[in-house]
Amino acid sequence: MRLLVPTLLLGVSALALGRRVDVYAALLEGGRAGLELVKTILPALVMLLTAAELLRASGVMEALTRLLAPGAKLLGIPPETLPLVLIRPLSGSAALAVGADLLAAYGPDSQVGRTVAVMLGSSETTFYTISVYFAAAGVRRTRWAIPAALAADLTGFAAAALAVRLFF
Amino acid sequence: MVMSWIWVCLLALSLFCGLLRGGTDLGRAAMEGAGRAVELALGLTGSLVLWSGFGTLLERSGLQRGLAWLLSPLLGRLFPTARRDPETMGPLCGNVTANLLGLGSAATPLGVAAARRMQRSSADGAATDELCRLVVLNTASIQLLPTTVAALRGSLGAAVPFDILPAVWLSSALSVTAGLGAAALLGRLWRSGET
Repeated sequence: MRLLVPTLLLGVSALALGRRVDVYAALLEGGRAGLELVKTILPALVMLLTAAELLRASGVMEALTRLLAPGAKLLGIPPETLPLVLIRPLSGSAALAVGADLLAAYGPDSQVGRTVAVMLGSSETTFYTISVYFAAAGVRRTRWAIPAALAADLTGFAAAALAVRLFF
Repeated sequence: MVMSWIWVCLLALSLFCGLLRGGTDLGRAAMEGAGRAVELALGLTGSLVLWSGFGTLLERSGLQRGLAWLLSPLLGRLFPTARRDPETMGPLCGNVTANLLGLGSAATPLGVAAARRMQRSSADGAATDELCRLVVLNTASIQLLPTTVAALRGSLGAAVPFDILPAVWLSSALSVTAGLGAAALLGRLWRSGET
């Protein structure tokens, strides 16, 4: 796993160079897009981390976690990750902010931190995706798409907790 | 609009509970949170720029097209109607492979093109079975390299930021399977309810 990043970078760069792609120009162009991404998510990060800090300082986070802990335990999800579970389907940047907040609070190599990271990495902004696709396709009746997508999300969260217990 | 409601509710809740409890300086907490966001974003910038550049390279290297070719038999089974129409199947395979490689900005336009094409056969504005399936595939993330999360872990001092990969794969696989399973089950229930 430690050699993964350099191996990937070299492998794809060499492959692309072999196909006469201007590798370095592609890296720079994509990098500029990454910078744009940071610019787009920064305001959302500021707002949501402000809210997260307020929630923690006022004791809401603690109370909410305690309130929802029995349900989370039933699914095998650590109660500390609940803020992420609640926000993940609604907003991508909010989920990133909440995830970052939890990772910083519990440590990236802790059980909770790893579960948070796996949850973030294996889920999507469900409601946003559904609205983009159905609006573009002109769908008025979504039938069972939303329940099915939410079932996938819930399974993903439980599976994230399970996978972290399994691998670490 | 949803986020606006959430924002107001979060603030109201914090203020209410803070007043009840007393003693904590909420003003300072707010400023600290805002400051920490910028630190976090700065810490993330380096690896986000690197992985974003890598994404563009992946797109141009032809790897995505190769992967699409490899996956098309499997996807043909999931989307039997779309398989007969190359103009749906092309963007559909592109969408799935772009998702796998973590190329979010390339995945959405392709997926939308496939969705539009699929929906032409539905006259009454109800989502077709295969469109529902495509949406479920897109809402359950199927990313091979969760680079943003790894960047986040790295910026916060994780020893091996990518050591969560096997766990992410397992959890993605389970969630996609559950989504497709739920779609098949609900689809059957739905149809028996409609007739």
